[in-house]
Amino acid sequence: MGESGAESRTDGDATGGGTGVGAGRETGRETYGPTGGGAEVCVEAVGLEKVFQVRRRTGVLRRERREVRAVDGIDFTVARGEMVGFIGPNGAGKSTTIKMLTGILTPSGGRLRVAGIDPARERTRLTRRIGVVFGQRTTLWWDLPLRDSYALVRRIYRIPGERYRANLDRCVELLDLGELLDVPVRQLSLGQRMRADIAAALLHDPEVLYLDEPTIGLDVISKAQVRDFLRDLNAERGTTVLLTTHDLTDIEQLCERVIVIDHGRLMYDGALAGLHEVGESERTLVVDLERELPPIEGVPGARTVRTEGPRQWLAFPASASAAPIVARIAADHPLVDLSLREPDIEDVIARMYAQQRRPAAG
Amino acid sequence: MRRARLYFTVAGSSFRRYATYRVATAAGVFTNTVFGFIVAYTYTALWTSRPQLGGYDQAQALTFVWTGQALLAAVALIGGGAQDEIQERIRTGDVAVDLYRPVDLQLWWLAADCGRAAFHLLGRGVVPMAVGAFAFELALPSSPLTWLAFLLSTWLAVVVSFAFRYLLALSAFWLLDGSGLSTLGTLLSTFFSGMLLPLNVFPGAFGEVVRQLPWAAMLQVPADVLLEERSGAAGLAGAFGFQACWALVLLAAGRALQSAATTKVVVQGG
Repeated sequence: MGESGAESRTDGDATGGGTGVGAGRETGRETYGPTGGGAEVCVEAVGLEKVFQVRRRTGVLRRERREVRAVDGIDFTVARGEMVGFIGPNGAGKSTTIKMLTGILTPSGGRLRVAGIDPARERTRLTRRIGVVFGQRTTLWWDLPLRDSYALVRRIYRIPGERYRANLDRCVELLDLGELLDVPVRQLSLGQRMRADIAAALLHDPEVLYLDEPTIGLDVISKAQVRDFLRDLNAERGTTVLLTTHDLTDIEQLCERVIVIDHGRLMYDGALAGLHEVGESERTLVVDLERELPPIEGVPGARTVRTEGPRQWLAFPASASAAPIVARIAADHPLVDLSLREPDIEDVIARMYAQQRRPAAG
Repeated sequence: MRRARLYFTVAGSSFRRYATYRVATAAGVFTNTVFGFIVAYTYTALWTSRPQLGGYDQAQALTFVWTGQALLAAVALIGGGAQDEIQERIRTGDVAVDLYRPVDLQLWWLAADCGRAAFHLLGRGVVPMAVGAFAFELALPSSPLTWLAFLLSTWLAVVVSFAFRYLLALSAFWLLDGSGLSTLGTLLSTFFSGMLLPLNVFPGAFGEVVRQLPWAAMLQVPADVLLEERSGAAGLAGAFGFQACWALVLLAAGRALQSAATTKVVVQGG
């Protein structure tokens, strides 16, 4: 079969991308991150684009060239000391964006500045100012004890002895690496390796730390450890942190601001809470009545979505208050118990993606 | 050379990395020794019927055999070392990690390969050479200066070999699977280095040509330095000059290919 996975994937992207043009651009832009105001700009992207030329075989000898717009005009700025989460489905353009931010991909269009540097033009200079951590790859040396990997990192970045020792001591203490320093990297567990990798990325005091799926595959305790460390790092050192993840708990616990990317476009940029409004998410009120009754009707702003014996489920917009709805039900029905379910962020995002896939009107 | 310390550290850690593979090293020593005996008996048969073949007497021919076995791993005459590692990193995409570092890829891997070669020369070279010297009558030099010149020539052989294998390794950026080219590379260097037969036994124009190819710098030249076939200031300068020239040409080619590969990745996303 002559067709590669990349080619078939780009097919899907191209058709999907065609239908959603212009649909998501304005979404949620009014809700900027809390520290996004007057603070010093650390990352700035204006009309950022990345177009790949993909050759596709259309016949025995004929080949068709086509453009795949992996990143299609993204604007955002990140202030120094912010912690921003990038989310989006696979193939949305997140990784391409991150690769451009770190300078290993040259943008096809738009303007990009990281710590005042044009990443693609001065990749090597930028590498001294940023730290990069991959959940699925290690930057350490497999067969060497951790200590030796760190010694190499020290030489690579020419870290002065005193600063190196201070940073290493701090990471060893906070990331609990003390007993691992003499262990070859290949013998570390995934959680240990992740912590070791994060330390390696921070020894040269980067201003910006990029983390690509930092908690992927980790157990609950390791995830918590990594998140605690990142939170402290951001709070104490003011390191700007950009992370991509599929684990929304990462975002909920770490990022005050999320950027949602799909089909190469920015669909949402703002506080996590704001996602609910944009995604038209609903909260659910679960009420237990004394006995089985017909579905509750006549409550303004709420509708009954399900009944099961004496229990009924009512949905209402996440932005509305539950109090008047509860009061109204309590007044009209024999209420025994109730509980409120917050919308699941994953549902919100799934709904947001689905909206974008609908053909745009006009 | 402000970065000399970095590359020494890289070479040092590469040395230690390879030193951790103890069982593999022992297996390699065993293989080299067994292989050495097989080739030594073949050469004995050959030189008995054709004495002075290629200008070597039998002791020199046998010394050539054991020198080949001693250098096989260090000079990576049948491939491997940095080549395999780079190809694997390109295939898995780990090479992106390397691009995030403020270092020169070629120098980095050259340093790493020198560290590996230093370990392989000690770990896999000394024992086969000693066994060979014990079991056969070899023409080993008595002058420590010759040994020193041999070490320098061996180091240059490692650099030429690295420069060649670096070119092969980078092809993975375009081919994705570089194993076909690697096999070709192994074939070429096995024959043209003199591993199969010393290059000076080949007569006529073919012999003249193969002695000028870069592979000759990987085994034939260091072996001739050890055998004192190339000796004296002029002889040694010619040997080192030949090796250094090929090293520079191939390293320059590698640098050009590296910049094309980096551009390809950075611009097209590989």
